[in-house]
Amino acid sequence: MTAQSKISTAFDPVATRADFPILSKSIYGKPLVYFDNGASAQKPRQVLDAMRDFSATEYSNVHRGVHYLSGKATDRYEASRRTVQKFLGAAHEDEIVFTKGGTEAINLVAYSYLAPRIQPGDEIVLSVMEHHSNIVPWHFLRERNGAVLKWVDIREDGSLDIEAVDAAITAKTKLVAITHISNVLGTVTPLAEIVARAHAKGVPVLADGAQGAVHELVDVQALDVDFYTLTAHKLYGPTGIGALYGKRKHLKGMRPFNGGGEMIREVTRDVVTYADPPARFEAGTPPIIESVGLAAAIDYLNGLDRAAVRAHEHDLLTYAREGVRQFNWLRVIGDAPGKASILSFETEGMHAHDLATVLDREGVAVRAGHHCAQPLMERFGVASTTRASFGLYNTRAEVDVMLEALAKARKILV
Amino acid sequence: MDDTLRELYQDVILDHSKHPRHFGKLVDATNTAQGHNPLCGDRVTMYLKVDASGRIADIAFEGKGCAISQASASLMTDMLVGRTVAEAEKLMGGFLHLVKGEDAGDLDPDDRERLDVMAGVSAFPMRVKCATLAWHTMKSALESGETAKTE
Repeated sequence: MTAQSKISTAFDPVATRADFPILSKSIYGKPLVYFDNGASAQKPRQVLDAMRDFSATEYSNVHRGVHYLSGKATDRYEASRRTVQKFLGAAHEDEIVFTKGGTEAINLVAYSYLAPRIQPGDEIVLSVMEHHSNIVPWHFLRERNGAVLKWVDIREDGSLDIEAVDAAITAKTKLVAITHISNVLGTVTPLAEIVARAHAKGVPVLADGAQGAVHELVDVQALDVDFYTLTAHKLYGPTGIGALYGKRKHLKGMRPFNGGGEMIREVTRDVVTYADPPARFEAGTPPIIESVGLAAAIDYLNGLDRAAVRAHEHDLLTYAREGVRQFNWLRVIGDAPGKASILSFETEGMHAHDLATVLDREGVAVRAGHHCAQPLMERFGVASTTRASFGLYNTRAEVDVMLEALAKARKILV
Repeated sequence: MDDTLRELYQDVILDHSKHPRHFGKLVDATNTAQGHNPLCGDRVTMYLKVDASGRIADIAFEGKGCAISQASASLMTDMLVGRTVAEAEKLMGGFLHLVKGEDAGDLDPDDRERLDVMAGVSAFPMRVKCATLAWHTMKSALESGETAKTE
């Protein structure tokens, strides 16, 4: 690529690849083609360096000591919170709670916000395309509190009908829990509209942003969403940390989640009083180094033209979608308009696991299985699918490698 | 083509997976068990007819799964019909070692040869659970008829 074309393009995925050390790895002698970004994304050197440098020069526990390093580490941890706040467009930094991931963030809302508000028969509205992390916490409330799960079906192309969501929200609904982007279908839900419809009936909305925060430009204030969750490791950051955005008015009234250090105001032998949010929900030593990594990942993304990244990912999806049309034995599941760069498909006569094994030997990493979305698998009458999920560093040339590998798999397996 | 891949998906395996032996139900089964691989969603149901002398008179299985799991189930049913429960248990123990690349112990040479078609799985640690699902389910069916899981 010439210097000139590089200047004229807003985003150059090939140049970006140099930032990700793992992408130069060979798998069974073949260049790695990493198409499992939906499960977890690879990390740029900037994230790895930030975590190592922080650990080597500024690390200590946070909010505890009076010594120099304690102050430094606390500053960095709280700066990371502000980075997440700005990334999500939150009004206040205390609306960002660090968790160990997206799953914990949803469990926190289920336990601390919703459980005390549930009477037997109260309803929680969710779509059939939720990830298990946005299903099982609500099943807990069904089992323990008598909540009723109301499932909203999707259209055959994977899109969500806003009228179907609206119809599911009744006087008994206590929460709408919905994904922003389906991890299997790539469907982007009409979140702002869902929130508007739910609020019109006085119902709050939690959005699972595990994929949404990666592929969409999120503004929680514009969306007016009540809770939004993200996880760092899908966002080119480290494992072990995620975040919950919650409106101040909700967080203030919520009971603590875990009990332990840092989340208290005062502890006596007889009573305990709790700290204000977000500390109230951050018991124990938090993922401090990981918070620095998450902030570095967000800084890295902010350093790119995110609209151009989005366009690039969309181009990869379109290219791959067109490419698989040559295979009459392959059926794509999820073709919703405007969907994110996630391509799931089922293959006649070939099981997803056999296919993924052959692709792996060609260096192509895809996900095969139910993708922690069994109700969705049931909806489409499949036990499992193969999923290629594209990230910012993927290229059309890599899609070509996958297409060739798919043809090869057909020869071996059928 | 990659040799390890060829060994994994050799013709015998693909033949078993495409044309599984003993596929179906046994209406007069004495033992049944369901197996489930929660990681991939694959399921298998094993039906056995054990006669009064402790011999496996008939076997059938139903299920959906990958080529490895289907071939393994088919091969197993083919090999276990007509054997005593004790013989079956010995063979199962040997197989479970074999697919992990471990010493399969003292097996009959003919049995060893037939099982060897599954030995290629040992080069694919992520796929061992696919190969063992049917065997674990068979074990459950013989023991108590409870749900087997491979994780």
